[in-house]
Amino acid sequence: MARFSGVDIPDNKRGEVALTYIFGIGRSSAQKILTEAGIDWSKKVKDWTDEESNRIRSIIANNFKVEGLLKSEVQLSIKRLLDIGCYRGLRHRRGLPVRGQKTKNNSRTRKGKRKTVANKKKAVK
Amino acid sequence: MARSLKKGPYIDFRLEKKVDAMNDSGKKSVIKTWSRRSMISPDFVGHTFAVHNGNKFIPVYVTENMVGHKFGEFAPTRNFRGHISKKDKGKR
Repeated sequence: MARFSGVDIPDNKRGEVALTYIFGIGRSSAQKILTEAGIDWSKKVKDWTDEESNRIRSIIANNFKVEGLLKSEVQLSIKRLLDIGCYRGLRHRRGLPVRGQKTKNNSRTRKGKRKTVANKKKAVK
Repeated sequence: MARSLKKGPYIDFRLEKKVDAMNDSGKKSVIKTWSRRSMISPDFVGHTFAVHNGNKFIPVYVTENMVGHKFGEFAPTRNFRGHISKKDKGKR
């Protein structure tokens, strides 16, 4: 088990994939990190030597904003939108899609689970 | 789609002129504007604008954080008050 930037402990996967378990690192930044550290992308995490792991740690610490720090930055930018009262802020407040998507159907990611409105059909005469 | 940086920000010329005049004279008054498409430039901070939303003018006090946004973002054109419930439906 390896620990990187806080809580993340990916293991038994290829380095390229394992690094993406860290919030803020996707496939492409993972590849960049490994290239810079001079480690083969396909090398499993358990096969990394301590020296290699430390090299990766320092690269992440110096060049990337990850985990808590990144999350708080995202929250701050959302808060800014809320505070200035612009359209995007209003959409965040209401929990609706922010980027102009239609809301007639779907958009369940933003709206959450369906809340069915009780709708008793009246008996037709 | 974001606007190309090369072009620079778009600000309605007339609006810019009005603000410049106000900054020069040091007076402060509400500026009525229909120009929702204009970007808020740093010169506008501290002024109040009445932005048209198609129906009436919405007062917008410009703060530092708003720079780079457009006026239209602060004057919603639609007013959704929620769906009518079954009870209210008959009354109309």
